Amino acid sequence: MKTENNRAWFLVLPVFALVAFSAIVPLMTVVNYSVQDIFGPDDRVFVGAEWYREILQDDRLQQGLLRQFVFSFAILLIEIPLGIAVALAMPRRGRLASLTLVVLALPLLIPWNVVGTIWQIFGRADIGLGGVLVTALGVDYNYAANPFDAWATVLVMDVWHWTSLVALLCFSGLKAIPDAYYQAAKIDGASAWAVFRFVQLPKLKNVLLIAVLLRFMDSFMIYSEPFVLTGGGPGNSTTFLSQTLARLAVGQFDLGPAAAFSLIYFLIILLFCWLFYTTMMQLGRGSQQ
Amino acid sequence: MARIELAHLAHSYLGKPAEEGDYALRPTSHVWEDGVAYALLGPSGCGKTTLLNIMSGLLRPTSGRVLFDGRDVTDLPTEDRNIAQVFQFPVVYDTMSVFDNLAFPLRNRKTPEAEIRSRIEEVAEILDLASCLRQRAGTLASDARQKISMGRGLVRTDVSAILFDEPLTVIDPHLKNSLRRKLGEVHRESRLTLIYVTHDQTEALTFADRVVVMHEGEIVQADTPQALFERPAHTFVGHFVGSPGMNFLSCEVDGGCAVVDGRRIRLADDTAMDGAKQGDRWELGVRPMFLELVFERPTEGVPVRITHVEDLGSSKIVTATTGGGNLKVRVGGEEEIRDGSAWVVFPPEQSLLYRNSRLCGKSAAGQP
Amino acid sequence: MKPRHLLLVVYVVFLMLPLYWLLNMSFKTNEEILGAFTLFPHEFTLDNYRVIFTDASWYMGYVNSIIYVTLNTLISLSVALPAAYAFSRYTFVGDKHLFFWLLTNRMAPPAVFLLPFFQLYSSIGLFDTHIAVALAHCLFNVPLSVWILEGFMSGVPKEIDETAFVDGYGFTRFFLTIFLPMIRSGIGVTAFFCFMFSWVELLLARTLTSVNAKPIAAVMTRTVSASGMDWGVLAAAGVLTIVPGALVIWFVRNHIAKGFALGRV
Repeated sequence: MKTENNRAWFLVLPVFALVAFSAIVPLMTVVNYSVQDIFGPDDRVFVGAEWYREILQDDRLQQGLLRQFVFSFAILLIEIPLGIAVALAMPRRGRLASLTLVVLALPLLIPWNVVGTIWQIFGRADIGLGGVLVTALGVDYNYAANPFDAWATVLVMDVWHWTSLVALLCFSGLKAIPDAYYQAAKIDGASAWAVFRFVQLPKLKNVLLIAVLLRFMDSFMIYSEPFVLTGGGPGNSTTFLSQTLARLAVGQFDLGPAAAFSLIYFLIILLFCWLFYTTMMQLGRGSQQ
Repeated sequence: MARIELAHLAHSYLGKPAEEGDYALRPTSHVWEDGVAYALLGPSGCGKTTLLNIMSGLLRPTSGRVLFDGRDVTDLPTEDRNIAQVFQFPVVYDTMSVFDNLAFPLRNRKTPEAEIRSRIEEVAEILDLASCLRQRAGTLASDARQKISMGRGLVRTDVSAILFDEPLTVIDPHLKNSLRRKLGEVHRESRLTLIYVTHDQTEALTFADRVVVMHEGEIVQADTPQALFERPAHTFVGHFVGSPGMNFLSCEVDGGCAVVDGRRIRLADDTAMDGAKQGDRWELGVRPMFLELVFERPTEGVPVRITHVEDLGSSKIVTATTGGGNLKVRVGGEEEIRDGSAWVVFPPEQSLLYRNSRLCGKSAAGQP
Repeated sequence: MKPRHLLLVVYVVFLMLPLYWLLNMSFKTNEEILGAFTLFPHEFTLDNYRVIFTDASWYMGYVNSIIYVTLNTLISLSVALPAAYAFSRYTFVGDKHLFFWLLTNRMAPPAVFLLPFFQLYSSIGLFDTHIAVALAHCLFNVPLSVWILEGFMSGVPKEIDETAFVDGYGFTRFFLTIFLPMIRSGIGVTAFFCFMFSWVELLLARTLTSVNAKPIAAVMTRTVSASGMDWGVLAAAGVLTIVPGALVIWFVRNHIAKGFALGRV
């Protein structure tokens, strides 16, 4: 097994230094700013937890938070089952299998702003195939003017962009299931649904945890795609937390509140990741005598 | 119950098998008698798992038929075949309780709950699983989970044969014995046909009533462990069964005797070489424990040079060379063995003649 | 069987349609795009691509992106490899805490680091350089790399290390000539993920650069804010950003399934 050796720290030092430089120093800065009111480079006042109080009571923030949660949970609700279904439908062997893998992986390697651009074009009712198809069905569709349309487009865009990640993760999980399980299920006379429920789903537990965590985190941090697609509009309807923060920090240069907001943002993500992790571990354990 | 008959079964994993070497299973016919505990023995890659999967219906043979009690089941799917299979590692539904695991095959066949309960209680008794019926199967140790796999086969009333594919592979060595004994008990209680695939000859010889030995896609002998030891039908069986394996010396034949290094050796059956043809390859086979090692010239024997002595405590294995090849002789642990020359005496009743690797003569009775 | 295949076909069509549309647009003139709605270019043109390949403000975007992505992959790999080895072979004071802390960095929203990074890199004079973006992306790529590599390294039996040391190999020599070749596919997978994340990230890359190291993503969004959009060129630029990704997937396609398994999934 592993041997005890504190000199292993030398091997870890580069990583530690790099990540510390990239993480600790900035975070300290953020914490620092979050408790001060900054008027200018040399003009600051310590204000304690004032920004935190203000932000937590701010209507816009609360609405933004709500918007973000609705978005992230909607994403999970659609992408996880869809990803599992696609993984089950994918061919496991042969040339068709690698071709399918390549096609599925493609959306994952597109720069996020280009994803926004693609859908910006695709969704337009005048020059985009998608927009034209939808209006041809008789629906009045305009993602730039109508909040509902904007939301729908952002959701479909994210599903288009990221479901493949869930599908590929589940695919690798399914591939790892030994044939013997399917053979035994056949001998036991199990239906396809029973095979899914008792053989495949339990074995996908670990993979699904990773998928849920990744999708939750990344959807909670989403920035480029909706920014390029709708710019956050119409109004504030598709302005998610990252954009709000970016506006505060770099746009308005409100360093204090921005910093406080940053920390609250980070903590929420950590909290929910922890919640998801423990919940899924518990579900996995089930009930025992 | 089930008498399983294999009629001219052959299988190739390649789309268009061209020559013999392309076949994982060469054309074979065999009958598995009802209620007998068989071991299917052979080295890795000899085709035993292929044969097992064809019998259980998980694999469709390239050619040939499988019959259960005279009924052709070759085209029947696995779940209609009245067999159960236990795999190399425990295949258990981890999220279900032990009870639900055992109930699963019965519920899928719409058996009434009351009957399910009584069947499970019976089987759990036999397998010593009664105390953990309510536990989640995923929490148990591998030997218990392998018993659950067995149990799922035993609960079904329509099962006539259970096929085991090297089921003790992942079991801890100190638990293997108890599991093997349990299997024996199960066989005695249920009187089912059991077919137990293994590459371990000790396992096969201790467990089975009859052992079927496979080699390169063919069944080379199906016999009692005793017959396998005393009358191997194929040189492979001679090598594989017994430790150390049988001695084989290239020889000539002349007038009812084998001739090794110019010495005539009488055989168990002096008509063995009848029907000889040009180009036949002859070998003389004798087990190490039947040979006698002497240091004074005997009336009949072959001179040898002793090259190596291995001391096993209760016995010694002496390796010696003759003109026709190497020999191993088993002697008592107390014997003094000097290096140098000696003589080996071949007892006629245990001297067997092999033509092109197959046993010949009246003694070749145990052929499949 | 049937509904499964139908689902897959519908999904693949769903994925391909917007991509096809982008490709379609990149070969059209702006007049055709705005004038008539056509399913394929009636007046096929390569002008849009020509603009990108000849206008420095466009193609430098690609060059810059490739530079910092490569830098990031190299840096991430070289620091992650020894660290992953340490996590895989040794226990040491604070190892579990360190590992967990590394993973939490992956959970940090890039937006949180916008301002601090901006100030940090400006203050050390690295603003608008490739190395700045490469280092910034390390915050997310290094933890992921350590995680993936540790999984692969744990699959290599310790006996191999011990044998090499007994045979007199120094640590560096052992690591470079014996150990690394054994986890070749793990290194490939890690490089793939580093490339993937760094290539696609916009926010940090745009914030930390202005002119000299401006990535293609920023160039494209610049086009967005201008009035009278050049749709054709924009589409062509988009297509060109997809090409490196497509090439990478094609070359590692046989390892993709293995890669996603990560040895520990």
